[in-house]
Formats: sequence, C-alpha cells, structure tokens
Amino acid sequence: MTIRDKVLYLEKVTVSFDGFKALNELSLYVDPGELLCIIGPNGAGKTTMMDVVTGKTRPDSGTAWFGRDIDLLKLSEPQIAQIGIGRKFQKPTVFEQLTVFENLELALAGNRSFMKTFLATMAAAQHQRVDEVLEIIGLTDQRAAPGRTLSHGQKQWLEIGMLLMQEPELLLVDEPVAGMTPQEIERTSELLLSLAGEHSVVVVEHDMEFVRSIARRVIVLHEGRVIAEGDMDHVQNHPHVIEVYLGV
Amino acid sequence: MLLPQRSWINRSVRGTSAEARAGKWFLSVLAFVAIVVPIFNQLVPPTSAFHLSAYALTLIGKYMCFAMLAMAVDLIWGYCGILSLGHAAFFSLGGYAMGMYLMRQIGPRGVYGDPVLPDFMVFLNWKSLPWFWYGFNHFIFAAVMMLLVPALVALVFGWFAFRSRVTGVYFSIITQALSYALMLAFFRNDMGFGGNNGFTDFKDLLGFDLHSDRTRVVLLLLTAAALAASYLACRAIVESRAGRVLRAIRDAESRTRFLGYPVESFKLWVFVFSAVIAGIAGALYVPQIGIINPGEFAPINSIEVVIWVAVGGRGTLFGAAAGAVLVNYAKTYFTGALPEVWLYALGSMFIFVTLFLPRGIIGLVQSRIKAK
Repeated sequence: MTIRDKVLYLEKVTVSFDGFKALNELSLYVDPGELLCIIGPNGAGKTTMMDVVTGKTRPDSGTAWFGRDIDLLKLSEPQIAQIGIGRKFQKPTVFEQLTVFENLELALAGNRSFMKTFLATMAAAQHQRVDEVLEIIGLTDQRAAPGRTLSHGQKQWLEIGMLLMQEPELLLVDEPVAGMTPQEIERTSELLLSLAGEHSVVVVEHDMEFVRSIARRVIVLHEGRVIAEGDMDHVQNHPHVIEVYLGV
Repeated sequence: MLLPQRSWINRSVRGTSAEARAGKWFLSVLAFVAIVVPIFNQLVPPTSAFHLSAYALTLIGKYMCFAMLAMAVDLIWGYCGILSLGHAAFFSLGGYAMGMYLMRQIGPRGVYGDPVLPDFMVFLNWKSLPWFWYGFNHFIFAAVMMLLVPALVALVFGWFAFRSRVTGVYFSIITQALSYALMLAFFRNDMGFGGNNGFTDFKDLLGFDLHSDRTRVVLLLLTAAALAASYLACRAIVESRAGRVLRAIRDAESRTRFLGYPVESFKLWVFVFSAVIAGIAGALYVPQIGIINPGEFAPINSIEVVIWVAVGGRGTLFGAAAGAVLVNYAKTYFTGALPEVWLYALGSMFIFVTLFLPRGIIGLVQSRIKAK
C-alpha cells in the first residue's frame, strides 16, 4: 500500500493515559475527497484519534502524516489548523451576539493581527466566498440574524460553515447530529455528502441510521484499534462488530 | 472612512442604523454645546439672566471629561468584556502629567518665589528638582507624557495580566489594587508629586490665564473636540472587523482563540488605547478644575465610572457618555441639595439599572423607539 496519495495516514499510533491504552497501535488512512465514518462504543478512542490528528494529544508512539510530507506530530495546534485540518467539536459554539454573516467573516482565512483586522475590508471574492458558504449551509436567509437566534441544528451548520471558511483540506466532524431533529439530520447528511469530493471528511458518530445514510466507508474502532472496515453492510455483519458494538 | 460601502453591510453587519443615527445625535449635541456655550458666556453680558457663569463652564467641561472616561471604560467593558475597576488611575496619571506642566508654569510666582522648585518642594526643603520633573516645563514634552504614561502603565499591567489569562472578576480586583497602590504611592510626600495636597494654584497654560473666562471657553472647546475625536476613534474600532473580534472575545473567548485570533494581543491593544483616552480626559480635566490630588486615584472613583456606563447603556459609546453626564448632573444636584442622600441614590440607581435596565437608559429609549 502506498501512503503517498493519502490525505491522512496514521500508523501504529499508541496513546496511553495512566496505563490505559486509549489508542493501541491504531492505523488508518483517509483518501482525498472521501467521506469516512468512524464508529465505535464509548471509550473506543474516536475522540482521542481526533485529538492526535489536531495536535491536542501527543501519541506515545507511531506516526501521523498529512498529505505527502507533513509530519503532524511536529506541529502545534494552531499550525495544524493553518495547514488545512479543521475540526468541529461536539458542542456547537458560535458567537451568539454576532450575526451569521459576521460569524463567517471572522472565520475567513487571513491575517489575524489586531492592526490587520482593524484595517481589514472585505474583497469582492471574500464576499462571494461567504455567500457560497451561506448557500452550502442553507443559512442565506439568516445572514443578518444574530447567532443566538439560531436553532441547535442551524448552529451546527453555521459552525461547519465557519470551518469551511478556513478552506480546510480535511474536515474532522465530531457527532454532528447529536440532539438534532429528523429533518435536521437529513439536512446534515446532505450537507456532509456535498462537502465530500472537494474536501475529505471524517465523521465520528454514534447514530447508526445516520451513518448508514451517508457512509461509503466505515471504520469500527474498539479499544483503540480498528476491528472492522468496509461498507456499512459488511461492517454490520462482521461477527466481531456485532459482538462488541451492535450488541445481541 | 474604512468601511466598505455596501448597503446591506451597513444594515446588518455594521450594527444597527439606530447606532449611526444616535451617533449623529451625539455629535450634533456636542457641536451645539460648543457653539452655544461660548456665546452665552462671552457675548451675553454678565448682568443678563442668560449669562453662563464660569462655574457652569467648569461644570460642563468636567462632564465632558467624564464622558470621555466613561467611553474609554465602555470600549473595553461593553465591547470586550474587560471590566476595569482602575480606570480612574489612568485618568489621574494623565491629570498629574498636565499638573506637573502647570506647576512648572507657575515659576517664581509661587508663595516661596523659587524660580524652579514648586512650592511643595521648597516646603519639604528640597534643594533641586527630581529627575522625573525634567522636561515638564515644555508643553510638548508634558503632552507626550500625558499619553505615554497611562499607555505604558496599561501596557505593562495588561501584558502581565492578559498573558497570565487573568480574566473576569480577578482582573477587576487587580485593577482596583493597581489604582489603590498608585493612590498610596502618590500620597507619600517623598514621591515628589505633592503628597496629599497634590498640585493646585495653577496660573496659566501656554501663557493663557487659567482664571479668565476666555481661556476656560477655549479649554471647553478643546474638550468637546477631544470627546468627539475619542468617540469617532472608538467607533472606528468597534465597527471594524477588529471590533467584531472584540465582541467575539467578550462572548466566547476560547472559541475566538481557536479561530486563530491572538486574544491577548487584541485585549492589550484595546486596553492601552482605552487608557490613553482616559489619560487625555484627565489631562483636560485638571486645568479646568484647578486641582489634582491622590484622591483621584481612589478605588471608589473607578467604580463610579462603571456605574455611569451601566446607567447610560453598556455597549453603546454614546450611551456611556450620556450616562456620565446624567449621573454627574444628578451628583451635582444632590450633593448641593441633599448631600447625605447622594451615595444612597447612586447605589440604588446602580441596583435598579442592573435589575431592570440591563442595557441602560439608552437601551430603554431604543426599545421605546422600536416599539413605535
């Protein structure tokens, strides 16, 4: 297997907390433009895996590569965000007092210093970018609404939109549909599906129905390692998976 | 200005048009004061009932200095969530810098007639001018110090506080401590700032007699201009993208950091800028009031400023200015008519506003306008 054309490549990553192995020689890869779902019971290491990729947690051993030649283990959190890995946390946090438009504006890639932001004006291209993202996340009509007036689902989309403003190559999305209504879940699957292709998307999710509706490739984690991989049907019929995760 | 002219930006992103309208009102009122006050003081004869007295001139000038101070506090508290309970310290530092210049201007006209040493130094038996008094006989040097000293104190203090991620009530407490420490220091005679008497008995500023109404009118006009300029500068900040970052910091600091903004540096910039405005206000205050002493550093003064802002309307610049004028007018009235009632009135005003008018009087007026 060649690792050179992967967006993300983890090899034998081990993370232990006080002797407990959150990740146990985990190896996985993400293809360019794919939508990968990662499922697994609580404590399987899903969030720890994301922490390693975004630089929040340093592994005890193993390697993590982004693209051809970027060693993620050598970079800090902000540096990793800069090179194009965006992460959406479980709990949505948008700026409540700022409008949807302003939320996206602040997420816009660009110089972050006080003076530069004080003097910043929006170029036509940046406007277009905000408009595009508003379209993608379906909040065009809410552009002038303050963040606090959005529904839970809309906040989640706005946050995905804020990630998109930073034009990441790889999007890590943690439990995007937790607490959503069925209609919102449906909108979210459409949104994530539309993002794949241009971006690589990794979704960590508990909701099996949701995963079934979007996944092309599913990875099942258990006790810090991959126990099954493939499409949803394959994974769901895998004896080991049935044993540890799907129950019965 | 720096704002791109896109109609819907002005509507939705640059804040409400109500804000811009109120800004026009605010500047118009200032212009009105700047035109009417000189006329009623200089052109209407003192015998007329419409003559504006020197006392009224001083009062109006004082209110405008306080309005600047309130705006400075509102910029960091209302927009960035930094509650400074020490802004009277920056105000006083600016005032002391001006006071030092005015003291040097007295020259040999002091009670002791020493050509160089101010009276209090002669009284303390000092033989020569302390080094930090050098240069204060030049107005330009003193003017630079009026800006530089508050800025430097804010820079050093803010750098340590923000870098250590001191926020919220802890920050407020150490700003109180800063102000209190400065007060104690300035009370000491050997500090070289006149001890508990501070500076007074000023004669003239740049050769103009401070006791003449004409000089007072000019000082008032300069104060009005400084207030307008501070207002426009603060508005340029809060309406820029940096201003939106400040509000983002106020509402979700760690999220802002996660977006890649250097939160500490933003706080430091705006804190220093706010201290400079407070310093200018203090520098304009001293020649009009005619005295500066360590009592100006008193922690209660800084707290009072916060009350002005809360009463007027936190998060609207003109609201802070209006609150300062309103509360101080009430103070002037009550301390004259019912002096023992004032502190109770101030306290209940603060409680009432906190409970029933979270957006202050301006917020009330705005919602009334909207309802119509």
